[in-house]
Amino acid sequence: MNTIEVIKNWIDKESQVLDLGCGDGEILNILSKEWGSTVLGVEINQDDINKCIQSGLNVIHQNIDEGLENFSDNSFDIVIMSQTIQVLKEPKKALQEVTRIGNESIVTIPNFGYWTTRINLLLSGKMPVTGTLPSAWHDTDNIHLCTIKDFENLCSECEIDVIEKCFFNKFGKESLLAKVAPNLFATTAMYKISK
Amino acid sequence: MSDSIGEVKAQKVTLEGEFELECGQSFNDIELVYETYGALNTDATNAILICHALSGNHHAAGKYENEEKPGWWDSLIGPGKAVDTNKFFVVCPNNIGGCHGSLGPSSINHDTGDYYGPDFPIITVRDWVNSQAKLSDSLGIEKWHAVMGGSLGGMQALEWSYLFPKRIKKAGIIAAAPKLSAQNIAFNEVARQAILNDPDFEGGRYLDKSKYPKQGLKLARMVGHITYLSEEAMRSKFGRELKKEKLNFGYDAEFEIESYLRYQGDVFSESFDANTYLLMTKILDYFDPASNFEGKLVNAFESIEAQLLVVSFSTDWRFAPERSKEIVNALIEAKKNVSYLEIDSPHGHDSFLFANEDYVKGLSAFLEN
Repeated sequence: MNTIEVIKNWIDKESQVLDLGCGDGEILNILSKEWGSTVLGVEINQDDINKCIQSGLNVIHQNIDEGLENFSDNSFDIVIMSQTIQVLKEPKKALQEVTRIGNESIVTIPNFGYWTTRINLLLSGKMPVTGTLPSAWHDTDNIHLCTIKDFENLCSECEIDVIEKCFFNKFGKESLLAKVAPNLFATTAMYKISK
Repeated sequence: MSDSIGEVKAQKVTLEGEFELECGQSFNDIELVYETYGALNTDATNAILICHALSGNHHAAGKYENEEKPGWWDSLIGPGKAVDTNKFFVVCPNNIGGCHGSLGPSSINHDTGDYYGPDFPIITVRDWVNSQAKLSDSLGIEKWHAVMGGSLGGMQALEWSYLFPKRIKKAGIIAAAPKLSAQNIAFNEVARQAILNDPDFEGGRYLDKSKYPKQGLKLARMVGHITYLSEEAMRSKFGRELKKEKLNFGYDAEFEIESYLRYQGDVFSESFDANTYLLMTKILDYFDPASNFEGKLVNAFESIEAQLLVVSFSTDWRFAPERSKEIVNALIEAKKNVSYLEIDSPHGHDSFLFANEDYVKGLSAFLEN
């Protein structure tokens, strides 16, 4: 399965879904059309916002780093934060906010522990530039990268329960290797969490 | 691509029957002037209502015969523009209380044969929306594709969304606020005092006495105009530029900004009615949908069915983005269909009048999705 199929598996039909950092609304579009979800996105990029509006999606122009106090406790069934936490100034605070707003949350991270990233750093002595992390260190939006282990440690530190997890290879699919040794063989990890 | 709509003409309609106002008074018939652009489709599903702001009127787009100046929202309304008249039938009325042809303080009161003047009742945003609904009936429009406006116009669009939830598909609430702040009211009060204390105001009966409180209205407009511009826009447009090379140690207009404000005040005071201006500021001050719901905006929004787009502008300090977010957050809490755009623009409150690229894209995406 790919990421969107797993997300659909993890959430009930007709749920109320908030996507923090929704981009052009790809996930929300599918959930709204195929899963009957009531959706709302939060995004900061103007072009992406307009694409969302064009698709008829509800989207709020808001900088997640400036706080999410406008969303009340448990106001959504599901809060999604896909490939976003690593670009935020305060990932820990964001994680706590995500689990406060959603009854359950789905967080996706790029795994910095992936084997090519490790070898890249080991052999070249330079910050890795890979398919999943394509920008140079000074030019990247990914200011808070972590490994699968790091993320799971942060969850337990914040007393957040991991309900489900799923690991994907570089093709965005589940694979045996990624399942057996995710911190080494998964490029992306997805968690269903709650507090 | 984007083109002007060309020559336009105003129309007039008498909406017959008793029209009750929120204040308890009523009118027998109300006369409204309005303009339309584009064509209404056969099932009347492509109509957009444009609501004007404090000093606006029904001339939103296109040009009158022998006039150079286009309507106040011509940058956004026309063929291929944000509000595309190739696709939509656009209606813009002059609200009651106005001074451009609709029933207002400078109309004749048929009961007395005199100008209404200061006897014109204080009307509200709700009264406006009710009168616009009567106009919709007369035009054969059961449900608007969208109702939209900037500033006080945005407040009307918001009012439409909860007052007539079944009659509006989309609401565009631009550069607005859910109510005025103390600072907003303070500026309005300065404007009112300027008019009320002009010796030619004559207690509002200046038309009967062939006088006109030009100085008062000019001052009111000057102070208002300052609040429409951003500090940044004023600095880059005028800075401390002098009209002449040297200071002349006197009280004439020496700095460019002084001369600009005086000019704006002069032009405005020659084309606007002082009683209407007073009334408009009061309508703004009174707008507070949450007041009927123990201050809870979220409850005021309970009945909304429309899809809403709220837009604010980064340098607007009259109705700053934070004020728009109050509306947005209450709509989110009420679980309504809302999108919010914060546009980066240097033009302060007036930004809603300019065809900023992101703003135009957002608006047309919203209207056409």
